[in-house]
Amino acid sequence: MTATIERPQVTMRGMTAPSDQPQPAFRTLALTKRFGDVTAVDGVDLDVRRGEFLAVLGPSGCGKTTLLRLVAGFERPDGGGIEIGGRVVAGPRRHLAPEHRRVGMVFQESALFPHLDVAGNIGFGLPRGGRDGRIAELVALVGLAGLQRRMPHELSGGQQQRVALARALAPDPALILLDEPFSSLDATLRSQLRGDVREILRSAGATTLFVTHDQGEALEISDRVAVMRAGRIEQVSTPSELYLRPVNRFVAGFVGEANLLAGEVRHGEVQTLVGRFRAESGSLTDGTQAEVLLRPEQLHMLPVDRLSSEPRAESVLTVVRRVFHGSEVHHVLRSSSGLELEAATPSSATVEVGTRVIAHARARAVPVYPLDD
Amino acid sequence: MTTLAARESGTRSRARTPAPPPWLVGAGVLVAALGLLPIAYLVVLAASSGESALALALRDRTLGVLGRTLLLAATVTTASVLIGVPLAWLTVRSDLPGRRWWTVLGILPLVIPSYVGGYAIVAAFGPRGALQSVLEPLGVERLPELYGFPGAALALTLFSFPYVVLSVRGALLRLDPAFEEVSRSLGRGPWRTFFTVTLPQLRPAITSGALLVALYALADFGAVSLLQFDSFTRAIYVQYRASFDPTLAAVLALLLVGCTAGLLLAEFRLRGRARYHRSGSGAARAGALVRLGAWRWPAIAFVALVVGLAVLVPIGTIAFWLVRGLAAGEPLNAVLDAALNSLVASGLAAVLAVLASIPVAVLAVRHRGVLGTVVERATYAGFALPGIVIGLAFVFVAARYLPGIYQTLPLLLVAYLVRFAPEAVGVTRTSLLQVSPRLEEVARTLGRSPGAVLRQVTLPIIRPGLAAGAALVFLTAMKELPTTILLAPTGFDTLAVRIWSATSEGFFARAAAPALLMVLVAAASLVVLLRQDRDR
Repeated sequence: MTATIERPQVTMRGMTAPSDQPQPAFRTLALTKRFGDVTAVDGVDLDVRRGEFLAVLGPSGCGKTTLLRLVAGFERPDGGGIEIGGRVVAGPRRHLAPEHRRVGMVFQESALFPHLDVAGNIGFGLPRGGRDGRIAELVALVGLAGLQRRMPHELSGGQQQRVALARALAPDPALILLDEPFSSLDATLRSQLRGDVREILRSAGATTLFVTHDQGEALEISDRVAVMRAGRIEQVSTPSELYLRPVNRFVAGFVGEANLLAGEVRHGEVQTLVGRFRAESGSLTDGTQAEVLLRPEQLHMLPVDRLSSEPRAESVLTVVRRVFHGSEVHHVLRSSSGLELEAATPSSATVEVGTRVIAHARARAVPVYPLDD
Repeated sequence: MTTLAARESGTRSRARTPAPPPWLVGAGVLVAALGLLPIAYLVVLAASSGESALALALRDRTLGVLGRTLLLAATVTTASVLIGVPLAWLTVRSDLPGRRWWTVLGILPLVIPSYVGGYAIVAAFGPRGALQSVLEPLGVERLPELYGFPGAALALTLFSFPYVVLSVRGALLRLDPAFEEVSRSLGRGPWRTFFTVTLPQLRPAITSGALLVALYALADFGAVSLLQFDSFTRAIYVQYRASFDPTLAAVLALLLVGCTAGLLLAEFRLRGRARYHRSGSGAARAGALVRLGAWRWPAIAFVALVVGLAVLVPIGTIAFWLVRGLAAGEPLNAVLDAALNSLVASGLAAVLAVLASIPVAVLAVRHRGVLGTVVERATYAGFALPGIVIGLAFVFVAARYLPGIYQTLPLLLVAYLVRFAPEAVGVTRTSLLQVSPRLEEVARTLGRSPGAVLRQVTLPIIRPGLAAGAALVFLTAMKELPTTILLAPTGFDTLAVRIWSATSEGFFARAAAPALLMVLVAAASLVVLLRQDRDR
């Protein structure tokens, strides 16, 4: 029984990690799972530090739930491996049953045992004898003191999820897995509960892997977010890094609203409808095509009738629609060629539908994605 | 745009389920093998006699039995539809006076097992029956001939038409009245609307009810044997009694199984498709009641005649002979004896069937795959096997290989298990489907092995379902006649056997008390079944 997965390059990579970084509480290496012709999880490398909260974010069918079920032990990987708390739980010739993995799981539906009360549910994973103290501790931690004897159907949706969380935390697992735990709740309850859950997990010092398709949720409460598409991890970053510097067009479009403007590279800059931009990193080859990423709040509008001179016809945009978002308003702008852009302004400074404007951005260096062909 | 696509997720497709533990597979395969044993042995028996089996199947006598059976099934089914559809419509959609009462009375005949019904008809209208003893002082010496086709068809129709009522009633209640309202607003009158809009939507329900009736008519042993009509079940029994050569009986049994299996297949197909005919979910808004006007009187006469024949005649006949028997000093302690035997055999059968249903249902629901499907289907084979066939197969198997267990309680229980396991599996399966697999997965992550999860989580949660399944098997086994006749230990008479043998010998008073008890048992089983249906 070795502590690392028996694959040369994988072990190498594990050993070359900077020594000042603590041992990851959890990691997967080249993890792969196929269902027939479909590769649901495709060579996923992830590591989560002790006490860290990592979200796996992706559209439905991207393989994130399969990833979670591989970690929990409900599926066997076809390749690669999984380590939890420094112990290999899945790898070549090794598959530890779910009950021996020390993971705690919370599902979208709370999945409380309907034949047991709150205390019975929370104590389910604890050894017989001496359960009561730990149960009381957890009931207090999740803020449900006094409800120990309630049956699951006597609890609200939010309370049920708190019990499910307490039940998962009770045996002090090495890793907590959250599978869309908030999506069955209504909007107001959801945002309150996710703040509370984050706080509970922080105070319990739990290491957490959180699967969601809701980018707002992921960005709001995670230390880091892994964006997944078609079985692969596209990017793992802090929420702000993910928003400001997405590594590719998919991540840019999936996280937040994105304007992607194509143009030709000349003198190392991309020429677009709204100006010229440098690549934030890397260099660009003259004569190639590339796309720049501009977030709606980076685009500014100037009504044409306030300009001193008539602009070139192709750079004039028309406001075709406005979408109210509370503190700000998004304007959909259409060019004469049919291209649509989104520009955000504070709610106090909106532009009427039908107004002809030109758009520009103050930023000079932005994320740029070369177009292949 | 991208955010929108992401938001509508939540569902996930999972292609694989984990491999089941070996003990579960072993138990499931054992139950399935037992379910296939009767049919397999009959095939072996028929095949081992070489080409003579085919010759026997094509013999005039065999074909005669086949023809009579099909004629009986067709007549009973047609008559049941002609009674059941109007009755359902009148009680659901018209302003028939006393609709609530007619509804209950129209379903009540289901609580009369066919041999009790057969007994009631013989004891009421047969030679030396109640009707004749009342008419005798008036000089009536003979009543029209009852035995044979007319009696068998009458008995089976009267006690199986409620299947059509139940299924059509359900469809009428689910029917969205908007369809009829649209038709009326587009200028079609009530009659044209009924025939062009309502009836086509009822067709799946009518067919499904009719198939159940046909199955009942094919598989029934009690009524046809008491009314002496040579359809398959009686011919098989007579053949088995008359000669020691099992081949012809086996061939007849296989032909019968062919007929029932065909019907069952059609029923499964239909049920699969019928789902699409439902309009929306939840309770439909009730449609406006149709005013019958002067039609009210013929309608009342119709339902009164049906209910009179199917409910009042049997109950009245049982009461008549009960009183007459008590007056004549008919001993009641023999009834208690038989009731105790019924209780013991049915109780054990219920426990066995529910235990056997657990591995089959778990395999079928939690480990969907080739194995789970095969095991489940094999168990359901019992549905296609009439009791007389199962009984016969086990008689042959025991006589050939295990003479020591022939006519012992364990063998009877094994036969009961094969016969009733499908019912228990059905109930257990339904309960299990309502338990989220997430519950079991959570229990795994909290340190439980698959066996411990089954014991500590799954079974406690589905306990009410298991109890309902046991109750259902218990009550059905109480009613079982043919398997019991063929396999019960000598002297181990159950209530069903007592009714049958007393009626066969013309002791109508002796059959009355057990018949009354049996009606009560059957009524209880109907209550359990309807409750189960409602919970589904």
